[in-house]
Amino acid sequence: MSTIAHTQKKGFAGTVWEYLTTVDHKKIAILYLLAGGFFFIVGGIEAMMIRIQLAVPNNDFVSAGLFNEIITMHGTTMIFLAAMPLLFAFMNAVMPLQIGARDVAFPFINALGFWLFFFGGLFLNLSWFLGGAPDAGWTSYASLSLASEGHGIDFYALGLQISGFGTLMGGINFLVTIINMRAPGMTYMRMPLFTWTTFVASALILFAFPPLTVGLFMLIFDRMFGSGFFDVSMGGNTIIWEHFFWIFGHPEVYILVLPAFGIFSEIFPTFARKRLFGYSSMVFATVLIGFLGFMVWAHHMFTTGLGPIANAIFAVATMAIAVPTGIKIFNWILTIWGGSIEFTVPMLYAVAFIPSFVMGGVTGVMQAAAPADYQFHDSYFIVAHFHYVIVGGIVLGLLGGAHFYWPLMFGTMLSEKLGKITFVLFLVGFHLTFFIQHFLGLMGMPRRVWTFLEGQGLETGNLISSIGAAFMALGIIVLLVNVVITQKNNVQVGRDPWKDGRTLEWALPSPTPYYNFKQLPLVRGLDAFWIEKLEGKTEMTPAEPIGDIHMPNNSFMPFVISLGLFIAAFGAMYHADEGKGWAIPVLIIGMLITFGAMLYRSIKDDHGYHIHKEELLDDAGKGGTH
Amino acid sequence: MAAEQKFTPQTWPESPEQATLEGKNKFLGFWFFLGGETVLFASLFATYLALKDSVPSDTHAKAADLFELPLVFLMTMLLLTSSLTSVFAMYHMKNYNFKKMQQWLFITVVLGLAFLGCEIYEFNHYYHEYEHKFTSSAFGSAFYTLVGFHGGHVVFGLSWIIALMIRNAKRGLNLYNAPKFYLASLYWHFIDVVWVFIFTVVYLMGMVG
Repeated sequence: MSTIAHTQKKGFAGTVWEYLTTVDHKKIAILYLLAGGFFFIVGGIEAMMIRIQLAVPNNDFVSAGLFNEIITMHGTTMIFLAAMPLLFAFMNAVMPLQIGARDVAFPFINALGFWLFFFGGLFLNLSWFLGGAPDAGWTSYASLSLASEGHGIDFYALGLQISGFGTLMGGINFLVTIINMRAPGMTYMRMPLFTWTTFVASALILFAFPPLTVGLFMLIFDRMFGSGFFDVSMGGNTIIWEHFFWIFGHPEVYILVLPAFGIFSEIFPTFARKRLFGYSSMVFATVLIGFLGFMVWAHHMFTTGLGPIANAIFAVATMAIAVPTGIKIFNWILTIWGGSIEFTVPMLYAVAFIPSFVMGGVTGVMQAAAPADYQFHDSYFIVAHFHYVIVGGIVLGLLGGAHFYWPLMFGTMLSEKLGKITFVLFLVGFHLTFFIQHFLGLMGMPRRVWTFLEGQGLETGNLISSIGAAFMALGIIVLLVNVVITQKNNVQVGRDPWKDGRTLEWALPSPTPYYNFKQLPLVRGLDAFWIEKLEGKTEMTPAEPIGDIHMPNNSFMPFVISLGLFIAAFGAMYHADEGKGWAIPVLIIGMLITFGAMLYRSIKDDHGYHIHKEELLDDAGKGGTH
Repeated sequence: MAAEQKFTPQTWPESPEQATLEGKNKFLGFWFFLGGETVLFASLFATYLALKDSVPSDTHAKAADLFELPLVFLMTMLLLTSSLTSVFAMYHMKNYNFKKMQQWLFITVVLGLAFLGCEIYEFNHYYHEYEHKFTSSAFGSAFYTLVGFHGGHVVFGLSWIIALMIRNAKRGLNLYNAPKFYLASLYWHFIDVVWVFIFTVVYLMGMVG
């Protein structure tokens, strides 16, 4: 079999085809970054519309109904279509390299996961053009969502179902990769923290997404197929949705924040030039947070009326999570302590993250006290809290990670100067927007309101909040300019661009060869590359002689399988409408495409191909140009 | 290629499903997948228990009115036996006896189809005799969703096994398809385990009270 024949195609169409069919984790990472970045901007525009509407009292920038659609789509987009895929981008780009693997365990499923996410997100966002977006909030509580007219909620349920399948597959893939594909010597307790957090987050995905799948199926059945799970008049129970949503939804918070913790745990040692303080306690805290994350979902439902005993148990469990999180905070601080610190852009994000996130954590413990939560519930205090956790934790992690790993993914370095401008604008804007919202909430401003009245003391706070949002938007615009300039100049920076890389991913030539490691590296301890550097070496010690490398073939099937579900979703959604007789055939055709493509994949052998030893020797360590 | 290598019963490895890295990955990945499936069915069971006998009015049939032991006992026996026959198939797979493996898989498929036939009869019976429908009550929705998801898994499992049998009928066993057969049988066992819980939680507990 020819080894690189299919990579010889050049030109724009060839590149598009390459990305449509790629199974290479580095390219899938770029796809995740592009798609996640796009949805991040869409969600950001929605956020700006919210803040414009709320900038002054009695505003009529958007109508009340449209406002509901915007807040719903802002939350849903940011969580499912921006934060998750952006983290998946870094997991794909970095984790296999960190453990010294040539690819993930299931390259095909990796691509399938991306395309399912992409088509699910596309389907959800098409709602804007096809009769209106979902409008029951990102939590889509059944008592609201069953009453919502039009197809908005149908777009929500079907779109999230499709993208959820993709996420689940990604999670399983990462778990198996980390367990089975580590390089010689890479024991569990030598794995970099980002790999550890990816591992724990993937385990959370595995156990948290199926309840969401079931909840979404029930919502789909109730809305489109006449069942009565949440319909009280048929004997149903609307609280079931709340439980399933939060049994998924709370671990989801940790699925998002743990990898962000992982990114910071890589940035701190690199730029403090000091080993991560308390590595084993960091691992322990990560696992413990993952475990406790499943025990606390009902703290979102304190006011639902589960009773004082349930509330007390969930309150205590929630407060307990502050302990492992506190361990992490202190470990990060002690990593910086006494280090030879270099304030690069990633390090700035990491340093700013600590106080920002702690503030979100403190308000979290406040809400964990169930009686107090009756006061905070559904107020702007809650909005302030979760934005402090999500923006102060996850988004700062994503921005820091983007600057940190940009050279690894693209071979170029984002401008430090523009990066610092983005950082200042974004951080100032973030605190300006959300700090004041704590007080708006305590003064009684409910969340999800379309507008507010004059003379209730809410004007100044809301105006400040909206000004802050504009700062954040400016920061992101500067980041986009930075990206464009950097990629246009295309100055290749080569191996280990930060000079202080500690882990395996920095030991590779840049751009990373498409087979990653010519010879699998021998890992001799935590911070494997740093150990080699201390001995004056510039490369890893190989663990094997140069030999043939087995590679997977590209495939168009992941795209087709996902497209089938995308088509079927339209059929499922419209079949109950009058005069839409085409809907059921479309549903069937879509499912046939999906299952047909799966059968094709099962029947047709795909052994991959081998890169021969001679070609590797010719490559002379310059890095592949796949 | 290692994957297409020909074997004899003597050279065939001890655990052919895990003899290659791909096989090892699939083995572990599939177990994780079954872990996720377990949570999926646990959620469906929880929903069913929450909505059991929850009907809009007294004219609707409840669990105690619906279920009859002989039929579900027969279904349970069919499915349990099919799990056993798939074990025999895997025994022969491990001994590189392709023909016998195919025979036992064939018996597994026949038993699975018989189970499916009983289930279709059962649903049809409830629907027409008792007006117990997916859309008639929350109880009906929860019942058909839980048992139907299991039935859907049976359909998928049967299609999978049949596809593998036909695809590999002429070429026999190798290290590329051995993991595939093994995973299909693992899936089949999982379906069986879920049924044991359905038999207990839905049918036995339904008839007792």
